[in-house]
Amino acid sequence: MKNRTLLIYACFYLAFLYLPVLVLPLFSFNNSAFIAFPLNGFTTRWYAALADSALQNALVNSLKVGIATALLSTLLGLLAAKAVTHYRLKGRNAALGLISLPLFIPDIVLGISLLLLVGTIGLPLSLAAVVLGHLLICVPFSLAVLIARFEGFDCNLEEASADLGEDGWMTFWRVTFPLMLPGIVASLLLTFITSFDEFLVAYFLSGTQATLPVYIWSQLRFPARLPMVLALGTIILAVSVVLVVLAEKLRNQGVKKPMVGA
Amino acid sequence: MSFLAVSKVSKSFGGPPIVDAVDLSVERGAFFALLGPSGCGKTTLLRMIAGFETPDSGTITIDGQVMNAVPPNLRPTNMVFQSYAIFPHLNVFDNIAYGLRKLRLPGDELRRRVEAMLATVRLEGLGGRGADQLSGGQRQRVALARALVREPKVLLLDEPLGALDKRLRETMQIELRAIQRKVGITFLLVTHDQEEALSLSDRVAVMSGGKILQVAFPRELYERPNCREVADFIGEINFFHATVKEMTDGGVTVNAGLLGIVTLPSANVAPGIAPGDHILLAIRPEHIRVGSQGVAGEIVTATFLGERSHFHVKIAGRTEPVAVSGQPPSGNAVTLVFPPEKLIAVPAGD
Repeated sequence: MKNRTLLIYACFYLAFLYLPVLVLPLFSFNNSAFIAFPLNGFTTRWYAALADSALQNALVNSLKVGIATALLSTLLGLLAAKAVTHYRLKGRNAALGLISLPLFIPDIVLGISLLLLVGTIGLPLSLAAVVLGHLLICVPFSLAVLIARFEGFDCNLEEASADLGEDGWMTFWRVTFPLMLPGIVASLLLTFITSFDEFLVAYFLSGTQATLPVYIWSQLRFPARLPMVLALGTIILAVSVVLVVLAEKLRNQGVKKPMVGA
Repeated sequence: MSFLAVSKVSKSFGGPPIVDAVDLSVERGAFFALLGPSGCGKTTLLRMIAGFETPDSGTITIDGQVMNAVPPNLRPTNMVFQSYAIFPHLNVFDNIAYGLRKLRLPGDELRRRVEAMLATVRLEGLGGRGADQLSGGQRQRVALARALVREPKVLLLDEPLGALDKRLRETMQIELRAIQRKVGITFLLVTHDQEEALSLSDRVAVMSGGKILQVAFPRELYERPNCREVADFIGEINFFHATVKEMTDGGVTVNAGLLGIVTLPSANVAPGIAPGDHILLAIRPEHIRVGSQGVAGEIVTATFLGERSHFHVKIAGRTEPVAVSGQPPSGNAVTLVFPPEKLIAVPAGD
């Protein structure tokens, strides 16, 4: 009896989590401009309507921002994670806390303060400004993923490489990088997705170069465009899920613990 | 001029010195052991020779070249790490070939050298194995091969057998010795295992509290320790308080309390002892004989160990029982004989 209650609870829980998300693909294939039941028959015309130059522009903008953010925040995360795990630093915990803090600042606050800052220092509202804003949000993610990876890393390996005649740079390429690779790829995917989906900071900082979420927001004013937005949302959802699953898989592919003893 | 020379080297990590003005000299081609309890500074000394730590003062010289400013990747040393540090993303062959990249050898020459090294450490045919498919003993051999293939001037071994079980350790000790003889490279081994140090090496330095206490041949170390700590650390030993009465060419006469007045050969007396000094007389359990004239006592515990037994004897006027190794008499009463030529005098260290 108890098991059954738990099962029902679990079903409700999953329904609560995922039904709203499933509404998106459901109505994106519905042959009606109105988002209401009953469904009106199957169509792919909303997907065909995605061939729109403003939308494609926004998509390219989002890809640019996402890729730049992913590369930069993973690089910064890699350096910070190595410093934190390999060296005994003064103020290690304070540094970690400060890096992670932007995660806990409401995005709306972050967005407004960035807008003010960018205006004050005279930086034009642009994709570059969005990338800087996204770095604040993405570096903590990258750091968390990479620290976990570095913690399973035997520091003697880098010493062994130096001992065998390689300098710091070659040691990085021959030992550190290949061993960190799954963590690096996971970090790239996570930060890319975070940046790609991010709306508030992009809304404040993108100026005339809308990213995809900002473009979608602008389209919601036109009721006739709504089904097309649903189609777009469905695609983004599918790609996001694939990337996150991939990132998690890579992240869990731990460094195989060396066997000590016979 | 010795091949590897450590001169007045000190190192601290902010606190008291971990290595304290150490002098050491190792001959070319020797198998040299640094023996000491954990935390005595032996690993730090080894890491300074490898270049992973910088001495606060003093110089390290290898084959006439001062090493202090040379980074680890340019030193003529290679190290077998305690954790072995096998590269987990490379197979056995690539692990061993790792340090040969700089030599830019043609492919078949590289293959020949790695295969030869695989044969030396008896891992023939395992070049394709992944690092995670190796047993502890095999990992140890890969670590050794990877270091030896570069033909270093000095091979540094940090507790290389510590992670292996007892039987494997004994096999590897014999092999390590044979490999060292074959390649003729100078080996510097760090260990806390006195048996390992004594059985493997030509010379042993005993280290404690950041200082070298004694450098000697293994047998000398066992038979003529120069201080209480060395005597205590190498095998089991009994100590008796005594006072030096007089020192002549014929020997040193001491008042040994329970053991009476004894005269021991001058060679058995550690340097730095003068008449009137309070000293310790030390004797190994197997050097104490059971006889008819001597110190009377009573056996409190006895352990049968096959061809001989180990027993503890309580004697009047001494709280700590005397450890004796040999054939115990029947019954508990026993008379112990302490042959003067087997007694060693060391400073009491107070």
